[in-house]
Parts: sequence; C-alpha cells; structure tokens
Amino acid sequence: MAEPRRLSSLADEPAHVAAVEAGIVMRQAPLHAMVTLRGNAGDPVFLSGVREITGCDIPTDPCRAAMTTDHAVLWMGPDEWLVVAPPEAGTDLRQRLRDRLGDDRTAVVDVGDALAIISVGGPRARDLLAKGCTLDLHPRTFRPGHCANTLLAKAQVTLHQVDAAPTFSVFVSRSFAVYLWRWMLDAGLEYGVQVLQD
Amino acid sequence: MFLIECPWCGPRDETEFSYGGEAHIARPVGGGHDMTNAEWGHYVFHRTNPKGLHRERWVHSHGCRRWFNVVRDTVSHEFLLIYKPGEKPDLPALPKSPEPPDGPGR
Ligand SMILES: [Zn+2]
Repeated sequence: MAEPRRLSSLADEPAHVAAVEAGIVMRQAPLHAMVTLRGNAGDPVFLSGVREITGCDIPTDPCRAAMTTDHAVLWMGPDEWLVVAPPEAGTDLRQRLRDRLGDDRTAVVDVGDALAIISVGGPRARDLLAKGCTLDLHPRTFRPGHCANTLLAKAQVTLHQVDAAPTFSVFVSRSFAVYLWRWMLDAGLEYGVQVLQD
Repeated sequence: MFLIECPWCGPRDETEFSYGGEAHIARPVGGGHDMTNAEWGHYVFHRTNPKGLHRERWVHSHGCRRWFNVVRDTVSHEFLLIYKPGEKPDLPALPKSPEPPDGPGR
C-alpha cells in the first residue's frame, strides 16, 4: 500500500517564463512545519520554553516577527503566534512544543497542512503587493522583521518581510494558494516575473 | 472609507474590520432563565440607537481577530475613542459639528 504523500497545493502550477529583467521573483516555499501557539506572553516559563525549542524570543510587540536561520515566530495577536520550522521538523514541532509547554495554559495546534507559503521578492515586490493590499508597505513603516495579518487581493494572508531585498513570505490558506499565485503572476506581469524552482 | 486604529495593530483599512453592534450589553446573570419575555426581549433586541456618541464593538476580523470598543459619533461617523475590552473611559465632549444637511447624508 502506498504511503500517504504530502503534496504542495501549487504542485501542478506551471513554471512561468522568466522575463529579461525580472522585477519580481516568486517561489513556492517548501512545506514548512507550522504551529499556531496560544499562551501568556507574561509567563516566563512559556517564553523560555518557546525560546528553547525555536531559538526565538517571542515577539510581544504587535506585528513583529522573530527569526533564526531556520525558525520564525510571528505575532498573530496579543496571545497568539505562528511558529514556522523547516519541513523536516514535521509534526514533531507540535509535539515538542506541547511536551515542553504543557497543555493546561497553552494551545498548540498543527497548521502545517492548512497554509501555503509564497515567497515574493525583487525590486518591484512592494509595487506588486500594493496592488492588492491596503497596508503601507513603504520601508519607513514596513521593514524586515515586520509581519501583518491583512487582505491581499481579497484573500486573508499573513505578510512577513524577511529581508531588505525586499523579500516577503505570504502565508495563505492552502485553498486560496493557486488563486493568489495566479493573481500575483498576473499583477507582476508588467514588472517581469521570474519563478524559481527548487 | 474609514481608517480604523486597532488597539493592537494600529491604523488599518475598514475592509479588515467587522461591526459588532452596541457595546457593554451585559449578559443576564445565570443565563436569563428567570427573566420575563419582556425582559428577555429587551436584552436581545432593544438598543439605544443614539444620534451622537455611541459605544460600539468592532472586531479586527482580517488582522489580529480581536474585539475592541469604540465611541463613534453617529452624526459625523468620527471615531472619538478606541479602547480595549475591560476598559470603559468616560465619553469625550461632543465636538461642535455643523448640523447635517437634510436628506441622505454620507
Ligand atoms: Zn488588530
């Protein structure tokens, strides 16, 4: 009997032909392990437990993200965070967090199969996102390490600026991923879109 | 279109929010089992519907998904106060605004 296989929601999308000079670089991120974490940011045991497992200091300021080379913790609300870990962390991520934090005062929910991540960068990435998003993405207000839950082309997304290139990670429900991917390809057409394949 | 200041996320577009009706309506103690029909009807349906300052609930549905309260002037639609659940600051002085013109306003 065949092993169940995890498939990207964008697996069937064709690669786009690269433009001569791409203003936009898009990539479908690998299938990261992701966990929604709820807990008390005022509880030192909670903070140290998350730090131990992710290497990140939980961001307590709204709309901020903490990152190491392989983990990220994104602020989703005053008592809610999204923990992102490499694909190989798999469902162990939830288990390790739960074992460390207990489940009487925290909630740890695996959302790795619920969300897709689209990486979008390049010199015109802000212009592309601005076409479908009401946030002010100018570098004076939105910078690396910032994140926000918002709407992009009417889809509920989490935007996370990863670096100053700029590169953004766009977290979106799996069922919206193909729609958003195609919207981005279309919105980026005038800037030239290069799609990177892993 | 409003620019609404979420108490956590800061100013965001109105499309990210949903309206939740009048604020500070306490649930009946004990679930309301001993209330008369009239009392229950009052709790469920009766609202103050003022012309002027109105305390009301909003939720940042597409952002941090948290509920909060605002004081809005129902004449001008101006948001005068925004505060977190559990707080209840005094009503601000109503700013002197010109009488709205007759007929459908904005
Ligand atoms: Zn918010």
